[in-house]
Amino acid sequence: MAFNYGQFVSGGIGKQLATTLGLPRPSRLRRHKLGGSLVPSEVLVAGHGDAPVAERVRHLLADAGVTVASQPSTSVAGVVLDLTAIETPADLETLRAVVSPALKTLAPTGRVIVVGRPPESATSVAQAAARRAVEGIVRSIGKEMRGGGTANTVLVAEGADAGVDATVRFLLSGRSAYVSAQVFHVSEPVGDVAAPADWDQPLAGKVAVVTGAARGIGAAIAETLARDGATIIAVDVPAAGGPLAEVANRLGGTALQLDVTAEDAGAKIVEHAAARHGGFDIVVHNAGITRDKLLANTEADRWDSVLQVNLLSILRMNEALVPAINDGGHIVNVSSIAGIAGNRGQTNYAASKAGVIGMTSALAADKRVLDKGVTVNAVAPGFIETEMTAKVPLATREVGRLMNSLSQGGLPVDVAETIGYFAWDANRAVTGNTVRVCGQMLMGA
Amino acid sequence: MTPTSPRRAAILGGNRIPFARQFGPYANASNQDMFTAALEGLVARHGLGGERLGEVVGGAVIKHSRDFNLTREAVLGSSLAPETTAYDVQQACGTGLENALLVSNKIKLGQIESGIAGGVDTASDAPIMVTEKLRRKLLRINRSKTTVDMAKSALRIRPGDFGIETPANTEPRTGLSMGEHMAITAKKWGITREAQDELAALSHQNLAAAYERGFFDDLMTSYLGLAKDQNLRADSTVEKLAKLKPVFGKGEGATMTAGNSTPLTDGASAVLLGSEEWAAEHNLPVQAWLVDGEVAAVDYVHGDEGLLMAPAYAVPRLLARQGLSLQDFDYYEIHEAFASTVLSTMKAWEDEDFCRDRLGLEKPLGSIDRSKLNVNGSSLAAGHPFAATGGRIVASLAKMLHEKGPGSRGLISICAAGGQGVVAILEGA
Repeated sequence: MAFNYGQFVSGGIGKQLATTLGLPRPSRLRRHKLGGSLVPSEVLVAGHGDAPVAERVRHLLADAGVTVASQPSTSVAGVVLDLTAIETPADLETLRAVVSPALKTLAPTGRVIVVGRPPESATSVAQAAARRAVEGIVRSIGKEMRGGGTANTVLVAEGADAGVDATVRFLLSGRSAYVSAQVFHVSEPVGDVAAPADWDQPLAGKVAVVTGAARGIGAAIAETLARDGATIIAVDVPAAGGPLAEVANRLGGTALQLDVTAEDAGAKIVEHAAARHGGFDIVVHNAGITRDKLLANTEADRWDSVLQVNLLSILRMNEALVPAINDGGHIVNVSSIAGIAGNRGQTNYAASKAGVIGMTSALAADKRVLDKGVTVNAVAPGFIETEMTAKVPLATREVGRLMNSLSQGGLPVDVAETIGYFAWDANRAVTGNTVRVCGQMLMGA
Repeated sequence: MTPTSPRRAAILGGNRIPFARQFGPYANASNQDMFTAALEGLVARHGLGGERLGEVVGGAVIKHSRDFNLTREAVLGSSLAPETTAYDVQQACGTGLENALLVSNKIKLGQIESGIAGGVDTASDAPIMVTEKLRRKLLRINRSKTTVDMAKSALRIRPGDFGIETPANTEPRTGLSMGEHMAITAKKWGITREAQDELAALSHQNLAAAYERGFFDDLMTSYLGLAKDQNLRADSTVEKLAKLKPVFGKGEGATMTAGNSTPLTDGASAVLLGSEEWAAEHNLPVQAWLVDGEVAAVDYVHGDEGLLMAPAYAVPRLLARQGLSLQDFDYYEIHEAFASTVLSTMKAWEDEDFCRDRLGLEKPLGSIDRSKLNVNGSSLAAGHPFAATGGRIVASLAKMLHEKGPGSRGLISICAAGGQGVVAILEGA
């Protein structure tokens, strides 16, 4: 088995060595378990001024059977702070006063969630400054968190408070284990926000198309969406038919072999979904390839094949998928940290993955999509432990694993959980977002 | 008289693993492994996980004695409900198509609502037998009651008894291999080397073109790293094939080469069938109807008919029962055991004497439009894992007929060892 730093320092001589040298020791992250509670213990809820979101969150927690704390203590596993009413940077003292003592005693795998308003809609320069400051604070908290904890910002548009619940739930839960230092934008919902009958089955009755589902992150996406109640249409190239069939059969879904770059790929998916499942509600554009080379050495075919598979195919398939997707559906694209930070030897890949981010925000605002009440979002995975990354040379791999606030690589399921969250009908107020699943990787914005 | 069917049997889809050459990527795969893989791909494509089907009928021509319940074991290893019944059939190369007829007949009679018909064969993972003398002596040791008896029995074994045998492509009653039999027939019908090579080249070109346009995307599931039939030579030409030396037949007149004969192959296939109602309930579009089938046998031992000529007899009987002529079809799938098999069969149907004397017909069946023959390639290019060929052909033809449209017709003809032939008619839906 390949050397794994995280495992090496978790016990024995590795642990002693790491402690003596002051090396990072990654914590075991808290991940979602079927039938498990939302958070392991209490959640501290506070706010500035009349704090309307704090009130919502208290109700949400009460419904979920979580005790709301008003004081920091070792039994507090999460802090939700409502700063939607701040007017000037001076009001940020509220944040310091609440979060500073809370961090001292916060339980392992703790959560800090700060809810604010978008700076762009501020009514004064001072308010804009204060609102923008929140993001800087939370990113810094993310780097100070210990024990596998995360910190995230949720910016809620004026009048869109009702849409905040899904995101707060997601961030408190184990589903967001590897999501840190992200900014979630909650806006006016594109359709009815519908809480599921059972939060363990938020995708019950839904049909989800997942491309690139035969292995790696795609297989984890299919598995996670199926666990949450969806029926899976697992799509991959014919050459991956064997493993694809295995995934489809394990999840009780159907396998659809096609090349996403084929002219009729979208039409074939629509036809399969209509004939076999009576339509579809969720599309996850996950299929992707890499053809790494320095730009100086990149030939046209390497350039083109990556753009074809990772970006142009999605644009082409969406021409057929968007008109056919059920009203109130969800489209989720898979981008990459390389599309945000760039990566040496990956100009073609970065082009495609940055393109996905542009496509995501533009499609989310497209009239055809809005009219159908469909959300469009993207995830940008950082270093994720897959068969592919296991083949990366040792030093590069360990640097990738450790260069983030959680000092470890994420798991395919972490990417899948964020995609699942984007696909909730309870989550129609989040669209056009690109969320990184990277444990606050040091690369990129 | 045309018997009236109480209801129709629908072909709903198929799946096979790519066929591999003997001792190729599937060298260590057993029949059970391969048939399970073919079933799993079929289950995945049609969303049948956990479903109890009416039955699964499979089988293999070359089989280990331990595989007495090969198909049932494959079902238990698949994602189908374990309550799905299964049985094996062995009818040489006719196995796969015969199985489709069996399942369709039960569906037509209302005994089952759904079923899978298929087959598998490995030329790599072959059972090994010891010499007959050694086998008898070993059995004797096995039934000895005392150690002394055992030692006595063991001492009877002579060095000359040792030796292993693997199943061969040989007819037990004539001692001739299938190729040698075919060489006799090819000579009798005057089938030229050029005509055989032409047919072989076209088989490769047609199969390659079918892959190119994605025809097999929903008919195949990759297995052990293989995503295309290993035997396929997309660049095959008559010129290249002309360079090969004959391997069957003797002397000047020998025309059959490794290029115009099917290679030994490993592979598996499976076809999903169901009643119209079952298909609708499961949201599975009907590809084609399995209309009717016929099996014939010829006396190649004492009579003078060729070993692989039985389909020439089965087809006219089937046509007569269905009130059709040989020309009433959009596609013909004549299994390419050897290029000369296809050519001899077609020549026989065109031959006045043969049709009158052997088939008892007033006039010849006539010729078939060659542009409708094996249009997506056949066994010369794909390979021929004996019991898997029927499933390959049924699934491909059903898809072709579905694309052609309702009412289109296809004819399947498969020759088999033992002088048998299985043929069937499919109608597009």
